[in-house]
Amino acid sequence: MDLDYFFQLFLGGMTRGSIYALIALGYTMVYGIIKLINFAHGEIYMIGAFTALIIVGALGMTGLNPVLIFLIAGVIAVLTSAGYGVTIERIAYKPLRNAPRLSALISAIGMSLFLQNYVLLAQTSNFLPFPTLIPEFKFLANAGGIISSTQIIILATTALVMVVLTLLIKFTRIGKAMRATSQDRQMAQLVGIGINKVIAFTFVIGSFTAALGGVLICSHIGQINFYIGFIAGIKAFVAAVLGGIGSIPGAVLGSFVLGLTESFGTGYISSDYEDVFAFLFLVLILTIRPSGILGREKKAKV
Amino acid sequence: MKKRVTVIMIIALLATLFFAGCAEKEAEVIKIGVGGAHSGDLASYGLPSVNAAKLVVEEWNAKGGVMGKQIELVVEDDQCKPEVATNTASKLVDEGVVAVQGHICSGATKSALSIYEESSIPIVSPSATNVDLVKSPNFFRTIASDDAQSQMIVDFCLDTLGVTKFAVLHDKGDYGKGLAEFAVEFLKKDSRAEILLFEGITVGAVDYSAVLNKIKESGAEVIIYGGYHPEASKLVGQMKKMKMDIYFISDDGVKDDTFIKVAGEYAEGVYATGPIDTSSNPLYIKATKDHQEKFGEDPGAFFYNAYAATQAILNAIDKAGATDFDSITKALRTYYVETPLGRIKFDEKGDAEGVGFAVYQVQNGVYVSVK
Repeated sequence: MDLDYFFQLFLGGMTRGSIYALIALGYTMVYGIIKLINFAHGEIYMIGAFTALIIVGALGMTGLNPVLIFLIAGVIAVLTSAGYGVTIERIAYKPLRNAPRLSALISAIGMSLFLQNYVLLAQTSNFLPFPTLIPEFKFLANAGGIISSTQIIILATTALVMVVLTLLIKFTRIGKAMRATSQDRQMAQLVGIGINKVIAFTFVIGSFTAALGGVLICSHIGQINFYIGFIAGIKAFVAAVLGGIGSIPGAVLGSFVLGLTESFGTGYISSDYEDVFAFLFLVLILTIRPSGILGREKKAKV
Repeated sequence: MKKRVTVIMIIALLATLFFAGCAEKEAEVIKIGVGGAHSGDLASYGLPSVNAAKLVVEEWNAKGGVMGKQIELVVEDDQCKPEVATNTASKLVDEGVVAVQGHICSGATKSALSIYEESSIPIVSPSATNVDLVKSPNFFRTIASDDAQSQMIVDFCLDTLGVTKFAVLHDKGDYGKGLAEFAVEFLKKDSRAEILLFEGITVGAVDYSAVLNKIKESGAEVIIYGGYHPEASKLVGQMKKMKMDIYFISDDGVKDDTFIKVAGEYAEGVYATGPIDTSSNPLYIKATKDHQEKFGEDPGAFFYNAYAATQAILNAIDKAGATDFDSITKALRTYYVETPLGRIKFDEKGDAEGVGFAVYQVQNGVYVSVK
């Protein structure tokens, strides 16, 4: 088939990839620092989107500029989610920090179920429409529906978030503390790093990106319900593992690989096997590189 | 001593049998069976059919019954379980019913049918939609079969919209995939139609642009989608964003106001099939009112179908003036009867003519029936 078609599939795959990446970043950061797979992460994403929906609903009546509403809703959603993230860490993970890792994992699953049902009861089990808040860019009018402005914003945001996070971890004081905590928590504590603060900060950043993702993705697909976090979370988790869980560029790379695999698989073969391609690729990569594409192999200490 | 007890018991048993036999002859009633789920998880699907039968029979009895005899209902529970349904059917046959209104679930109906076939008893189901059931000469129904919607969609596309290039999508679920497979089957039979794509999509995915790009590239003029409204609204939303201006037609799972609410402006112009709306029919209104008066609540699932089924049975017996299998089935196929679902009779297969689906289109934010 022709190049145009290839290009469209490529863009579709990149959009999918950046959607996964925004969620996967949070998974991978938390795992990098405390070696915990935070199953409640998908729910943070969902709560972020719900908060935005509520704010938009409230502000919609004031007749403000849609872009301004979008920005306000985004900021409040991100802050609320960060609050949820830190609280979850306090309640469900901190008391279990020295317990076996399986206990914390089960606590995470419990938290995820709790939050889903909380939103189900507090809001509704129905699908709700999510308004399209991002305006159509004028310069895209000639693009003939190949790429939408929402897609461009998602792609740009993902790239920006990745760069900022990498800089944060590489060059700032808190980034240094995070790396130290990740390498050896006890030793970090001994040299005077407040690991509780570092871990809380990690959850703030993780929730921040998840909520950002929630708002952008929901305005892309135009609907929301209490269950969206679970499905998106699973795919993002796969992407994080594919790229090497714990590695930030890895999560983004893994997400793009997953998104593109799905898109090309659907485009050239059949969407019946969309998930099959994704997971086949995962198995293949993990057989060759058990710790993911960019994952660092850990040498067991003897 | 023991012997004497046994003898007395035997005599007593024989005597009851004799009396029972007498009683039946003297009462001169016509027995109609009602089989279906009246207990268990699916009772809510079966119990309304019992209420419907009671209401119809009461009305007929007040007018003097059928063939000059009173009508008596024999209600038996099959719990929607195929293994129970054969016993249920045997019990009804033993009771001497001349026809049965039921059963409810397709699986249970299928296993009960073997018993009715042996005893030559016709049955009219209000709710069993499985396609293969009509293969039995004993089977009739007042609900459209599983493939009726697909047929409706295909006919509408070919005849009314006049399109020939099809893309068929489904959500990989039982309902959506089944519907899509029937649609493909019917399309293949029609020489005008050309199927360019037949694929399942993943429910809950964040983006469907890949499969939509593929459809765009294939040059399809219409998308037939089998599934429910959340995915349908994502699909139509993305179609509009990708500037794909082709028809989108779906099923009863999409013919729901939630679809319009969620998809918003993107829903405009979407076609969907749904059951024909008969709520303005006077008999429908009367049946609802009678039910509210007698049972103090609104009727449940398949109530109107069961009402129509019972009416059809009694009407057939009345018109035929006999209760043997051939007379009843012939009358069912010949005479129209006024029911809450409209004026119906049965075709050769046993499906009710005049019961089924209509095509609706979203116009200015509401579903409007299109002709």
